[in-house]
Amino acid sequence: MNNEIRIINGIVFDPTNNVDGKVCEICIKDGKIVDKVSSAAQTIDAKGMAVMPGGVDIHCHIAGPKVNLARKLMPEDHRLDPHFKTKHTSSGSGGIVPSTFATGYRYATLGYTTAMEAAVPPLMARHALEEMYDTPIIDNGFYVLLGNNLFLQSLIAEGRKEEFKEAVAWWLNASKAYTVKLVNPGGDEPWKGHKNLNVKDIDDTSKIVDLSPRKVIDAFIDAVHELGLPHPPHIHCNNLGHSGNFDTTIETMKTAGDRRLHIAHIQFNSYAGEMGKSPKSASKEITEYVNGHKNITCDVGQVMFGKATFMTADAPLTYLLRGYKPQKWVNADTECESGCGILPFDYQGMIYTHALQWAIGLEIFLLSEDPWRIVLSTDHPNGGSFMNYPLVIKLLMDYEFRKEAMKHVNQKAMNSTILGELKREYTLNEICIITRAGPAKCLGLKDKGHLGIGADADITIYDILDDKEEMFNAPRYVMKAGQLLISNHEFISDYTDKKVLRVAPEFDKSIEKVIKPFFDDFYSIAFSNYAIDDEYLHDNIIIEANVKNNIYEN
Amino acid sequence: MSSAIKDNSIVNEKIIEDATCTFCGCCCDDITLTVDLDKKVITKAKDACVLGKAWFLNHVIEDKPIARIDGKEVTLDEAIEEAAQNLIDAKFPIVYGLSDTICEAQRQVVPIVDDIGGTIDTTTSVCHGPSGMAFQGVGEPSMTLGEVKNRADFVMYWGGNPAEAHPRHFSRYAVTPKGMFIPNGKDDRTVVIVDVRQTKTAGVADIFVQVKPGKDFELLWILRGAVKGIEVPENVEEITGVSRELVIDLVNKMKNCKYGVIFFGMGLTMTRGRHFNSGALMALATDLNEFTHFVAKPARGHGNVTGADNVVSWQTGYPFGVNFSRGYPRFNPGEFTTVDTLTRGEADAAMIIASDPVANFPKPAIDHLKSDKCKLISIDTKQTPTSEAAHVSIQTSTYGINTGGTVYRMDDVPISLRPAFDSPFPGDLEVLTKLRKRVNKLAKEKNRPYATSKYI
Repeated sequence: MNNEIRIINGIVFDPTNNVDGKVCEICIKDGKIVDKVSSAAQTIDAKGMAVMPGGVDIHCHIAGPKVNLARKLMPEDHRLDPHFKTKHTSSGSGGIVPSTFATGYRYATLGYTTAMEAAVPPLMARHALEEMYDTPIIDNGFYVLLGNNLFLQSLIAEGRKEEFKEAVAWWLNASKAYTVKLVNPGGDEPWKGHKNLNVKDIDDTSKIVDLSPRKVIDAFIDAVHELGLPHPPHIHCNNLGHSGNFDTTIETMKTAGDRRLHIAHIQFNSYAGEMGKSPKSASKEITEYVNGHKNITCDVGQVMFGKATFMTADAPLTYLLRGYKPQKWVNADTECESGCGILPFDYQGMIYTHALQWAIGLEIFLLSEDPWRIVLSTDHPNGGSFMNYPLVIKLLMDYEFRKEAMKHVNQKAMNSTILGELKREYTLNEICIITRAGPAKCLGLKDKGHLGIGADADITIYDILDDKEEMFNAPRYVMKAGQLLISNHEFISDYTDKKVLRVAPEFDKSIEKVIKPFFDDFYSIAFSNYAIDDEYLHDNIIIEANVKNNIYEN
Repeated sequence: MSSAIKDNSIVNEKIIEDATCTFCGCCCDDITLTVDLDKKVITKAKDACVLGKAWFLNHVIEDKPIARIDGKEVTLDEAIEEAAQNLIDAKFPIVYGLSDTICEAQRQVVPIVDDIGGTIDTTTSVCHGPSGMAFQGVGEPSMTLGEVKNRADFVMYWGGNPAEAHPRHFSRYAVTPKGMFIPNGKDDRTVVIVDVRQTKTAGVADIFVQVKPGKDFELLWILRGAVKGIEVPENVEEITGVSRELVIDLVNKMKNCKYGVIFFGMGLTMTRGRHFNSGALMALATDLNEFTHFVAKPARGHGNVTGADNVVSWQTGYPFGVNFSRGYPRFNPGEFTTVDTLTRGEADAAMIIASDPVANFPKPAIDHLKSDKCKLISIDTKQTPTSEAAHVSIQTSTYGINTGGTVYRMDDVPISLRPAFDSPFPGDLEVLTKLRKRVNKLAKEKNRPYATSKYI
């Protein structure tokens, strides 16, 4: 079989290698980008088309226990959006939480070839991995929830710093994760053990939690930094969704000092106003801090009108939101490790808060000075489906369209923001950064997000159209690992192979002796059955790393 | 592996620690197995309950053919070919079972059904199917079993008999163990059993609530009302068989506990009211979260029925009763659930995996399965009435004893199995992977038309 491809005449966008819309040739062999191929190579004529690396989603919820609970919860949503079988692809269900097969295919049809699942409790990591194997085409990794891990918190409280670091490394290996995820650190214990309460502040030292969230955050940033993971702790801040929470967000970023930190779906953490009352935009304050600190990266978590589903380890928040509109609701407590809440949701343009959230997300995009450190996401499906990405791109690239869209939503909200004054329009090169090159760099994925020699041949080719939503909705060609999967907008190949991306930091085996007694007492499965064997993994890559203070050192 | 001298002979022995018992949904993963490798039997199953001991110790390698067609021994490949042809030729093929095999094998099945445009259903449809439907309606506050051990000071069982069906549920997870915030075990918990009769389980209860048969929904709804502050009706005892004082006492205990849990069984889901019953119970648990932390969970039966629910859900979007005849998955219990499909005489091919409907389905369903109108294919670890009646029968090795893989405990916690000894029979994964590949090839050759949106 001929495994060589040559893409000619395409307008190439490869920001990592400083190529901004230049016509040049891309050669592919054995799944990698190479400098030349033989004359037998298949040729793709990309005249008048944009050639970009495959998209990289840094934060979405697509595999694992909470995702599957949400799938089970919403047959009415699947029914409206069947995903048909074709000659080359399996059938599935669509909607806001698609089935695994549909998820992989739909990401590919947007030109995305990598997507990171953002929250998995270690006890359930096998489940996430199984779903990832069943999510075709796209490479995946996941972030493991450790921020409310009771054993790790006890090590922090007792000041056992070295053992804490070893234990974090052990947990990353045991679960086969990509990095540490912190969700509302310190919030689970008040929720589960104190009749559905929550922590109120990053420095909360109420009697319920003897350890403030700040100490937890600080300890994890330290440990991950010392372990030198390719991606820093990925944090869902305290007080997410509450009016006036931008202070907490800024305090969280300050806690990092000059060490790296990734703030997830920062839009949900950029609200001014008074807690319990209507929110206002704090996009200026937040972007000002992010712009000035090169150690901070973030994804936006853009809210889009229409269907969404809250699915988060922040269980108290989900329950609070259920109070606004009683709906079917799922809570899922994971022993010693995590909480979880799920709630179907609709964002409606005429509602003040929803319209404001939409505007805040866009303001953050437009006020951010460094596209490399801000990543496009909708926190799928929390802010809306990943299928909204092309529309987000159009909103960013087209000022007139944005102005028109603002007319159709709550005017009180629009008048309270500066969105209308922001005339910036993203360029194709900047879009390429916030959807591919940037997230790959934030993640420390050296072989992804660019088209240089040696990179993974994950490539998307778009017709250049005036309507950018249309353009990004349907790439003409998509290649994954050098395999041409989509040609003239249709799947032409049965190829579904993919890899799991993970880290494997070294640790001192004797830490198991420290952890095991806790398991014997408080977990419900045997210690020896907790860690996932390497044999359990299918195709996977360990992403190596060393200590870095910002993404430019990647 | 070690050699031990026993009865003056050398026994080739192996000890397996932390093995998982897949007999019931508890999936206890702390069993120590002693295996006689020469005789290929398990001689000891330390810490297993009476059901688990029976599961492990009675397992022998039977001297039976791997594959048969109409009772005649054939090779595995011949049987797979025949099964593939039967499935691809059928107009309304169904696949049923799946709850007693590993997830890796289950994951092969949905693609087969997708290729043949058939129906897939699991044993969930005859046990907690109504709970799955209720979940779609009202959601569910839930937890892993370790949370119950560590935190639950109020534990209720409704319509189940764990003392006999899940013998270690009390001792390992929910009643007697000491937990992080339950230092004195059972003394720190209030245990309530709700059932229509005094079973062995009732003996464990601090409070036994005997509800009139068929009146679960009424009692649940009155409890919901009382939680919301609605007066408990004067005639509650007449309706439900439970006194007004007891109802009020229960509501107080539920609202004032720190962490409450209700486990429920088929006494609730398979009696009058079905998914209304499960839904009322989940709604009650949801409502209680206004006052305290409260959760609920179905107590699932088979070793990996929870895995089957999960796999079918992530691959199709629906937990059971899924049909692919239009080129995409559709869910409709009553239409695509196996008892109903068979009773109406619809299926012209039926592949039964790790299940024995001929032994326990209603008679009209069994009659259809055994009739000429339906090509019956059986994949199972033992000879059963279903495998005996089957046109194609494949005998496979037993999960958790002969083959490894993943199972999901009743609380959705995935566990990897530790098999004890090899079997001459192939694993479900091997058989179903071969079948999937063959069916896929045949489907491509036949170039079946694919549905388009005009058929929605």
